[in-house]
Amino acid sequence: MKHIKTINKANLKKTAEKGGCGKCQASCQSACKTSCTVANQKCEKDA
Amino acid sequence: MIHKFKLSGFNILLDVNSGGVHIIDDLTYDLLDNVEPPFEKDCPQEVVNKLSKLYDPNDIKECYDEIVELYNEKILFSEDDYEKFAKYSVPSPVKAMCLHIAHDCNLRCKYCFASTGDFGVGRKLMTYETGKKAIDFLIEKSADRQNLELDFFGGEPLMNWEVVKQIVLYARKREKECGKKFRFTVTTNGLLLDDEKIDFINKEMSNVVLSIDGRKEVNDRMRVRVDGSGSYDKITENFRRLVEKRGDKEYYVRGTYTKYNLDFSEDVMHLYELGFDQISVEPVMADPKEPYAITESDLPRIFREYEILADKLQKVYEEGKFVNFFHFMIDLDQGPCAIKRLRGCGCGNEYVAITPDGDIYPCHQFVGIEKFKMGNLDNGTFDLDMKAYFAASHIYSKPECKKCWAKFYCSGGCNANNFLYEGDIHNAHKLSCEIQKKRLECSIMLKALRLADKAE
Repeated sequence: MKHIKTINKANLKKTAEKGGCGKCQASCQSACKTSCTVANQKCEKDA
Repeated sequence: MIHKFKLSGFNILLDVNSGGVHIIDDLTYDLLDNVEPPFEKDCPQEVVNKLSKLYDPNDIKECYDEIVELYNEKILFSEDDYEKFAKYSVPSPVKAMCLHIAHDCNLRCKYCFASTGDFGVGRKLMTYETGKKAIDFLIEKSADRQNLELDFFGGEPLMNWEVVKQIVLYARKREKECGKKFRFTVTTNGLLLDDEKIDFINKEMSNVVLSIDGRKEVNDRMRVRVDGSGSYDKITENFRRLVEKRGDKEYYVRGTYTKYNLDFSEDVMHLYELGFDQISVEPVMADPKEPYAITESDLPRIFREYEILADKLQKVYEEGKFVNFFHFMIDLDQGPCAIKRLRGCGCGNEYVAITPDGDIYPCHQFVGIEKFKMGNLDNGTFDLDMKAYFAASHIYSKPECKKCWAKFYCSGGCNANNFLYEGDIHNAHKLSCEIQKKRLECSIMLKALRLADKAE
């Protein structure tokens, strides 16, 4: 495309279908403790 | 829902519900102020007329077609169809615990949310017996979850070091018996670190959070010892030794910035120059009446500082070097699933905090607030109604979050901050939200910088 460049897979909807396994880390345990950021966490489903 | 912004020479467009991130030109940026679904086959003539003062009409029509194409591919103006999943937000197994091993501290940090270590409930160390009960509780309540996280927290955990070690050994024994895997973290101010503790931490703890605010004058203004003297010299020496011996295992140096150091990018870079490359520095959360508290009037300055920080970090990347700033980390493809993003931290549901007395709270920030006490390890109580209340807290039960573009990145924010500063876990803490949104824009921009050449 000339005017718009997409830089990622935009796959959030697909992750809803098979998500929710709960293997991942609790969000507040890593380095914040006074805020909540989730998007910087890893999916650990196949880890 | 879409969100677009300009930063560091980029025009960035986020399609909120698909997670799609697009780099767009000025024409697309302006055109999106004038068109939205449902789309007609061709660009409406009045829009072409309006924008033709700035752009070529043929370009406007071509750009419109690109927008419609992405809309048809469902990566622009895509539907929010996640609320049905939120309805299944039922209580989950407990998988993470903040163990308040010491409600005492050898520092008197002026901004401490734990009332300089005792959480307002008296100075006390956890016994091994209570620690064992906490491990047993976590294993029992974790049901089929295999990965269990336990953070040794305080106060200052190293003030109760022998019990920390005993609890780790006990948990290692129990994990083998129960088919679990414990991941330990310790959050420490570093004053009591020595080689014996460093070696144990580096062997047993999958993450370690090292508290330091940055430059010496910044750190020593807030992070003072009981006698009022600063802590910087001692902790930098100890932290460097720990990190040097840690290999490639995870750690964070974690600082707090206040109204006194709104030029906090200097502190991040100072920590980097000390040799630390995994860094988290975040805003103080405090009563707005405190002189060091960050207030709404500071936001424009803070926003500018995050942009300055993004530029400084980009320069590091361009030199081919590594540095990880926690709040700019984002994986646009392989991040957490949408289900995880609905509910965020999981406090009070998947995550609890345990005090030295064995009291159970939704998280470390709720400790000491009587109405949020969920139970006690000694008498076996655990308030399942409160657990269900927290389980049902998600982005669709929070009115401000529901309509916010950042909802799938912060997942409704910190319930404790919502309660402490806005009166209810469902009320978004506006100050945190504004800072979070700025950090997200910076982190997406940094990704765009790296990915722009490969984009189609």
